[in-house]
Amino acid sequence: MEARDTIGAFGQRGPARPVPSLEAPSPRYGEKLIKLSLALCALLSVVTTTAIVISLLVPTIEFFGEVGITDFLFGTNWAPTFEPASFGVLPIVVGTFSTALWGMMFAIPIGLASAVWLSEYASPRQRKLIKPVLEVLAGIPTVAIGIFALIFLSPQIEKVFPFMVNVPPFSAGIAGLAIGLMIVPIIASISDDAMRAVPGGLREAAYGLGSTKMKVATRVVFPAAISGIVASLVLAGSRAVGETMIVLLVAGASPNLTLDPGSSVLTMTAFIGQTATGDISTGSITYDTIFAVGTLLFIITLILNMFAIRMVRKYREVYE
Amino acid sequence: MTLEVNGQMTEKERKENLTLPSEPSQEKGLSHQIAVKADGDESGVDVWAKDKVFEVKDVTVSYANKAAVKDVTMDIYKNEVTAMIGPSGCGKSTLLRCLNRMNDLVPSARVDGEIFYHGQDLYGPTVDPVQVRKMIGMVFQKPNPFPKSIYDNIAFGPRVLGMDNIDERVEKALKGAALWDEVKDRLKDNAYGMSGGQQQRLCIARTMAVEPEVILMDEPCSALDPISTGKIEDLMAELKEQFSIVIVTHNMQQAARVSDKTAFLIVELDATENNRWGQLVEYDETEKVFTNPADQRTEDYVTGKVG
Repeated sequence: MEARDTIGAFGQRGPARPVPSLEAPSPRYGEKLIKLSLALCALLSVVTTTAIVISLLVPTIEFFGEVGITDFLFGTNWAPTFEPASFGVLPIVVGTFSTALWGMMFAIPIGLASAVWLSEYASPRQRKLIKPVLEVLAGIPTVAIGIFALIFLSPQIEKVFPFMVNVPPFSAGIAGLAIGLMIVPIIASISDDAMRAVPGGLREAAYGLGSTKMKVATRVVFPAAISGIVASLVLAGSRAVGETMIVLLVAGASPNLTLDPGSSVLTMTAFIGQTATGDISTGSITYDTIFAVGTLLFIITLILNMFAIRMVRKYREVYE
Repeated sequence: MTLEVNGQMTEKERKENLTLPSEPSQEKGLSHQIAVKADGDESGVDVWAKDKVFEVKDVTVSYANKAAVKDVTMDIYKNEVTAMIGPSGCGKSTLLRCLNRMNDLVPSARVDGEIFYHGQDLYGPTVDPVQVRKMIGMVFQKPNPFPKSIYDNIAFGPRVLGMDNIDERVEKALKGAALWDEVKDRLKDNAYGMSGGQQQRLCIARTMAVEPEVILMDEPCSALDPISTGKIEDLMAELKEQFSIVIVTHNMQQAARVSDKTAFLIVELDATENNRWGQLVEYDETEKVFTNPADQRTEDYVTGKVG
């Protein structure tokens, strides 16, 4: 067999050509720099979260050096700044759940109904009009919603339903209602996006089988969008539990251990917001209490979110 | 379009089934009728006395005031496979979707002309599209099973329509679509675990489960490999004993293999070439369309000279 000549252009035999180098012409420092700065940005939020947890934990541990953990978790009298002090956290945990619960009970049906209407029933023109309004509503500062609830909603509702406001103008139920107003747009907007992302082919299939619009929405689109819908509820729930300004203004700031919507309550966030003023001395028991409550709030929302994510995974309908 | 025009109307029952409001007694009557028909009981009363299923008269369909298909007139017959062929954009799918009022879902769509279903104006003022689609089912281009189990996919229609004996209906539909043996051990599995061909047969079974009279198929095999396509074509030959089938296809050989009658549509351009719309060129027995077409354009298309 004849030895092979070097191959020239287009595979033809011809004069030899120098073999080109396959090494990079420059070290490409720019690329490395970009990669590094992107990683740093991603790292920033991890570092912040860790820092928050640590800064919460240190005073919390100090707090539990002075107060027993069962006295804290299961005590029913919350009077941390009184003499003698009492650190039973249950009233403010229940207060938090009371306002968040009333808020969610108001917001879930209305938010989901709006989402179904927006994605399945509204004409393109109606959608174009309503959706931006909803999104603007989601951006209203909560202090404005709180003031609105305090000076308008509360007196009006008291006239019609006196049982909703025991100590005018403060009420857990009205605070919940105001929280509900705040989170309806979150639920409606995100759930609408999730339902509109359901492939049109699934809708057509259902219509082709003789389904009414209502059946298409409830039996096909809603279940197919469930993971996005639950995500919107989780987000809304976190906002409801973490809301501070509205409850500080409207809920009344008395640590009553009750779910009665007419009663005034103190929530965990409202306690922190009310107590964490500039004139409290570092290292005092009051100072540590704020952090203990903060840690508890952090753990509760974490558990709720993890539970919700698990639920989403379990009930998600994958279409691909 | 009004109801007075349908002079051919001979079956009051059919009319009642189409017209709102539907009462439970009528639903029951309907399933009884279908049961007689679906069992293949030849001695039973044939409730579909007429041979024609659809009469399409001068139908023009427009989207946003632009005609997609113009002036189509054709009759579609019972227990036959009717194929619609033609190049892309000739409006064959558009025309198909008029037959069960699927175009109602497109806000800008408008249908002019008349379509009679067993003598009754399909676009009459009292006709409810939901009732129409119960009787005229549809299979789509891309297999579109619901993200549910195989069983729940088939059971969806019967459940939505409030039928009973769901288990039996599921089994019957899967057997009818020649899918039962392949899936009987995994009815609870998600439908998306099936192959594309199985998914499409599942969609056919899902349509059969609500016991329609007509099944419309919009390029049902275009996303499938030749073996799956062959299975579906075999299925069509069986299905036409129970159902009337209208199929839109890109594949001329498929039309030649499966259909009894073939409609050929083309894309027409106006002088400025800015507007294009579909037009029916020829509609006849499939054999005639493919071997001895009346129109030169049909011949050029089916022999592969153009397109």
